[in-house]
Amino acid sequence: MVPLWMYLVVAAGMFSIGVYGVLARRNAVAILMSVELMLNAVNINLVAFWRYVTPMGMSGQAFAAFIFVIAAAEAAIGLAIVIAIYRNRRSTVVEDVNLLKG
Amino acid sequence: MLELNVQTIAFFIFAVLSWGGALGLVTTRNLIHGALYLILSLFGGAGFFILLSAPFLAAVQVLVYIGAIAILFIFAVMLTRGMTRLREVVNRQWWAGAIISGLMFVLVIGGVILPVWGEGGTNPNQPVSDLTATTEDLGVALVDGNQFVLPFLVSSLLLTGAMIGAIVVARDQE
Repeated sequence: MVPLWMYLVVAAGMFSIGVYGVLARRNAVAILMSVELMLNAVNINLVAFWRYVTPMGMSGQAFAAFIFVIAAAEAAIGLAIVIAIYRNRRSTVVEDVNLLKG
Repeated sequence: MLELNVQTIAFFIFAVLSWGGALGLVTTRNLIHGALYLILSLFGGAGFFILLSAPFLAAVQVLVYIGAIAILFIFAVMLTRGMTRLREVVNRQWWAGAIISGLMFVLVIGGVILPVWGEGGTNPNQPVSDLTATTEDLGVALVDGNQFVLPFLVSSLLLTGAMIGAIVVARDQE
């Protein structure tokens, strides 16, 4: 099989791209999409470690399944907030959401 | 050295899909295209799950991530119309974000992954056995009182609460 470090490198790259998206994009929907990228990279890491290190255990796959649940909850809540903000401010640019700014 | 068989070629195809989709997502201006790039990237992840002999997670990835979450994103993009063609895609500190993420990538690769799991690293690089647990084992583990039944129930509650919360937050206050 492909050595373990290749999976880790791919996942690290996806995670870093997600970090860049979260830090640099202005549109809140794009930021949420980048968060999904990061969660997916974590999932790849979990499953890769499960396959290579403890293939008879169940922790890796179970944790990955829980991350699916977290990702679904995060996407639903995040997009609900984005739509609520868009209804009030006519914008999803995060710099325009400054009601709490002193 | 890496022998060139079907698995290796498939791995590199999926790696290109994942990274290409991710890069397209963070750089594209039109967010509908961004959602399609996200689907591409998640599809690469599903391919990895197949290669890692976790077929159930691959199916969940396609059904939940691509079928539900990505479509939810497309709906959100369409509901916030007029935001898809911003003049500036990135904010003023985008270079700092690029430096931070690039530095993180280099540090994780050079500082952790290659010394510990790379060629000649301290930990094994190949699977410890060819036998793997099956989907049936995963199903049993998720409802087994000695394993994951409590996190399973808590995550179910979390999902229910999140969905009710999403309805409450997104509802139109008349």
